[in-house]
Amino acid sequence: MPVPATAPASDPAAADALLEVRGLALRFRERRVLEDLTFSVRRGEIFGLLGPNGSGKSTTFRIMTGLLVPDAGRMTFDGAPVAPGDRRLRRRLGVVFQNPSVDITLTCRENLLLTAALHRVPRSVARERAGTLLELADLADRADEVVKNLSGGMRRRLELARSLIHRPSLLIMDEPTTGLDEISFHRTWDRLQALRRRDGLTILLTTHRPEEAAQCDRLALIDRGVVIACDTPENLQRAVSGDVITVSGEDADGLAAVVRERFGLEARRVDDGVSFVCERGHELIPRLVEAFPAGRLRAVNLKRPSLADVFLKLTGHELGGEERA
Amino acid sequence: MSVALGDDLATVGVLWRRDLARFFRQRSRLVGALVQPIVFWLLIGGGMASTFSLGTAPGLGYMEYFYPGIVVMMVLFASIFGTITVIEDRHAGFLQSVVVGPGSRTALVLGKSLGVGSVGLMQAALFLVFTPWAGFAPGDVSWFSLALFLVVGAVGLSAFGFALAWWLDSSQAYHAVMSILLLPGWVLSGAMFPASADHAVLGAIMRANPMTYIVSGVRRALYGGDLPAGTSAVDSAPLELAVTLGFAVAAVSLATFVCHKRR
Repeated sequence: MPVPATAPASDPAAADALLEVRGLALRFRERRVLEDLTFSVRRGEIFGLLGPNGSGKSTTFRIMTGLLVPDAGRMTFDGAPVAPGDRRLRRRLGVVFQNPSVDITLTCRENLLLTAALHRVPRSVARERAGTLLELADLADRADEVVKNLSGGMRRRLELARSLIHRPSLLIMDEPTTGLDEISFHRTWDRLQALRRRDGLTILLTTHRPEEAAQCDRLALIDRGVVIACDTPENLQRAVSGDVITVSGEDADGLAAVVRERFGLEARRVDDGVSFVCERGHELIPRLVEAFPAGRLRAVNLKRPSLADVFLKLTGHELGGEERA
Repeated sequence: MSVALGDDLATVGVLWRRDLARFFRQRSRLVGALVQPIVFWLLIGGGMASTFSLGTAPGLGYMEYFYPGIVVMMVLFASIFGTITVIEDRHAGFLQSVVVGPGSRTALVLGKSLGVGSVGLMQAALFLVFTPWAGFAPGDVSWFSLALFLVVGAVGLSAFGFALAWWLDSSQAYHAVMSILLLPGWVLSGAMFPASADHAVLGAIMRANPMTYIVSGVRRALYGGDLPAGTSAVDSAPLELAVTLGFAVAAVSLATFVCHKRR
């Protein structure tokens, strides 16, 4: 049963949790990678781990898939405790890696059938599912072509199809849309949302893209190996009240100084200007424009706070990566 | 059949099938794998033929002496080139999905070793067509024994290659080990020249080298039982079999250990 996207975040030990992770900790030499990481994923929801590179989200992915053993922590899957990398867990996981995991010398269909055999899906069932999944991935006409001849976007779609051939209970994805353009990004998410609606698939993913995080039902914000906040994207966005105004111009320091002196607002440097949060931004903009002599401003932009702004407010530093406006 | 065993057998089967499918897909690899040893055998064998003579076995020509060595070389090369791909495959390839799949690491090692080993075996089998021209009478060859040594040797060498690849985790490092350990290991296995009484150290190295026992076992099978005097540093049929089997078991265990230790 899909959980409505607006469901309030409640006790993580909710009865309908498919995966529960408690107190995950890992040190690498002297460096703390994860500390007391706790979250739970409900059946049928899309749950995201949002954080910048190095925050520990990929480490969490590696622990979930059995590629790393944590120093401490407990996991429960479908009501029963499991050790990281436990076969019972691996049997029911579908995994999409950040790196390619298809054999490029084999055809699309062969890749799907080999993965099906790995999970002991009966041959006739596997053939039928491979056909359906290739159709769904828009690869039906390339089914018997070797992967080497396919474009990057096609290969990413094949990765997703491959991870679903054994009908996993939990699909776990590491930065699933890295390197995809805007159109492919939206197509991928349309597919994932459709899958979730159709099969009640539960999805756990890591990401550093705010627009990808916005697609999730619930999010855990991870910073330096700790969950800073866990809630729906809407509730998290409420944490930052007001509007985000970005002022672009040549002399960013000068712009910041004027904003501070005339309006008493603390602005921070962004790509080509400064940015700050304020209440009733639409009323401020005319005064802001008047405050600068002609030519000093190139553009003024007002938007609602994004999850990147939320992350900045809660952790004090940027999400980074390929952030888009 | 337990569920875990079923998963493991499925994993072994998938990896095995995959290496065979890849091999037959790449025609150039197939041709190269056969032409290279023929060229080696004809050039080196032909070049050495006039200078090579074995006091203990006067009638033995170099083309005949070198032949079993070439057969083992094919198996060795196949396992090196078959397992060096593990390094990339593990981080950015199909092996990732096997590692997080339901099978165990032992199944992973066995499946990959069987796959790579089979490719080497098929290449060696094609080369065995030349047996009569090398001077061995096909009717005398102990084919069962030959197959046994080649199968066990191929799995052992592949598993050893797998252990190296997984442990080193770098193609450059693997190449280095290949040129300072694996290739000299083949040269000092009796494949190219027999042990000589004048070089005690070389003889000791040859007797400590597992590949010597594989080469010797293959040579014995080609003769159908008895080796010409002086052609092997380890002239003992039971010892050849025991060391070849022991090496394969040790290599598979080592690979499994390395694979568990370094996830």
